[in-house]
Amino acid sequence: MTALATELSSRLMTWWIILRIALEERLVYRGDFALGTLMRFLPIVTQIFLWWAIFESVPTAAGSGQTKALVGYSFPDMVAYYLLTMLGRAFSSMPGLASGVARQIREGEVKKYLTQPVDLIEFLLLGRVAHKLAYYSVATIPFALVFFLCRGYFSSGMPDVYTLSIFIATLLMSFLLGFFMEVCLGLVGFWFLEVSSLLFVYMLFNFFLSGHMFPLDMLPEPWRSLVEYIPLKYLAYHPAAIFLGKIPREQLLFELGIEIAWLIFFVFLARWMYARGLKRYSGFGG
Amino acid sequence: MAIIEIDQLSKSYRVYQKGEGLRAAVTGLFHRQYREVLAVREVNLKVESGEFVAFLGPNGAGKTTTLKLLSGVIYPTSGRAKVMGYVPWQRDNEYRRRFALVMGQKNQLWWDLPAQESFRLHQRIYRIDPPAFRKTLDELTELLSVRELLCRPVRELSLGERMKMELIAALLHSPEVLFLDEPTIGLDVVAQHNIQQFLKYYQEQRGITVLLTSHYMKDVAALCRRVVVIAKGQVQYDGSLSGIVDSFSGAKVVTLQLAEGTVPQGLERLGEVLSIQLPKVKLKCSRIEVSRVLAQLLEQYTVEDIAVEDPPLDEVIAAMFSRVSSEEKAAEGVSQ
Repeated sequence: MTALATELSSRLMTWWIILRIALEERLVYRGDFALGTLMRFLPIVTQIFLWWAIFESVPTAAGSGQTKALVGYSFPDMVAYYLLTMLGRAFSSMPGLASGVARQIREGEVKKYLTQPVDLIEFLLLGRVAHKLAYYSVATIPFALVFFLCRGYFSSGMPDVYTLSIFIATLLMSFLLGFFMEVCLGLVGFWFLEVSSLLFVYMLFNFFLSGHMFPLDMLPEPWRSLVEYIPLKYLAYHPAAIFLGKIPREQLLFELGIEIAWLIFFVFLARWMYARGLKRYSGFGG
Repeated sequence: MAIIEIDQLSKSYRVYQKGEGLRAAVTGLFHRQYREVLAVREVNLKVESGEFVAFLGPNGAGKTTTLKLLSGVIYPTSGRAKVMGYVPWQRDNEYRRRFALVMGQKNQLWWDLPAQESFRLHQRIYRIDPPAFRKTLDELTELLSVRELLCRPVRELSLGERMKMELIAALLHSPEVLFLDEPTIGLDVVAQHNIQQFLKYYQEQRGITVLLTSHYMKDVAALCRRVVVIAKGQVQYDGSLSGIVDSFSGAKVVTLQLAEGTVPQGLERLGEVLSIQLPKVKLKCSRIEVSRVLAQLLEQYTVEDIAVEDPPLDEVIAAMFSRVSSEEKAAEGVSQ
């Protein structure tokens, strides 16, 4: 028992050091970091303008004086949705992760993980946590400001505590899910030295099917059902939908369960690919 | 018992053979031709604890492949190897905490951070006790005189300084076996010398076992008593450095300083004339003939000074490499 406790505390210390060093590294390039953080807000502005133009051109239902709505979304709903997906993507997007893994394989940097007692996936995960922490430390204030200024668009107000906690859990899960999905893509580099076209295809699907481009419940059948069954929706659409009360309360836990199942699947897939990849790498030349 | 035991170890690669030009590139999309390359062939080697062994050989001889096999980066195609009783490619964490691999051109330090941070990380991943860590780090930074560089980002260090930091990172956990792949590649003479001195001192102090590959004969001459020559994936020679000259070159170089007015005529009868820059003349002759040649020289010419030396080591080794590869070609010719 004590041996286990020592092992565990030793691991925790190692993780803490990796996390700290990764965080320090993140803060080296201050200019790039600050600019990168603020630039994240630009695309959303253009998207909001785009939808504003679309709503402008939709004719109002004759004489009803109702707010214009598109497949269940009014313009304020749409703005609220985009702000929330921006928040979701702040957790789930992993810039440079898959391509970084592939590069480490191509350039032989993975050797380090073969000769030293460290684990690549563990190392990457802590690096990414550090990456995100550094990002939030800077982005929280502008995020809060934007949400405060746009509070009028959230027509249904704040969700109740239960929904809010599921929302937060989903955000954290989307971080892990996004991480392990991209790691799997990067590990394909063990088989194909160049993965950039694969990444491009993934990004394209991600853009449309995660809800980053438009709310997924706008899709007609059979696409609507299809996106329900693939894990991409958890990266952007799902957290936003929870916050906006689009998912019935009694379904929330069930959905969270499905998300956890997907996460476990990708954790195992990454582990399996890593083990197989190393075997192949070691067999072929290193 | 030997600390490193290699028994009939072989490693072959499959490489994609692409013909020349666009047409071949297009054909290559559908049908690829592969060729087996034997990087290491049935190598047998035993290294005792505390030895400092150099691997010599031309590029592509299999030196680095052997080090990769011993550090567990790659699996062998056949054969066995044990280092400190571990099979390297099983990559036991216990094993990984007891050896280190340093590759001259590869960076294990965090590029944007001071080396100190990477060292602290190593302390954790190798689980080094804080007092031991302090002591080792102090000792190593002192020996390599890099104390004031510890706080400088690695990217701002010179190549030589970076190599020193790489060595410190590799030695912090006091490995019992150290694999060095071209540790002085690309360094200037001073930096090379510093690293050599350090390695020599450290190895003697700690009595660790070191396997080194290098192209610089100076590294080898300064550090290793035992030399293993690998060419075409096989061990060609295993013994002392000076022994290479004995076994691969039967020649001696005679340098004469002739008295003024002496005409160096008829020297070619005595041996191969290497250079004539009067009053100096260099002559190469076979070892068994040396005494006869010297006697005749002294008899026939007015000589002011005379020196008999072994041919330069680099030359002997280059000659040996080219002989090995021409034998190889001849053998291939016969088998086809």
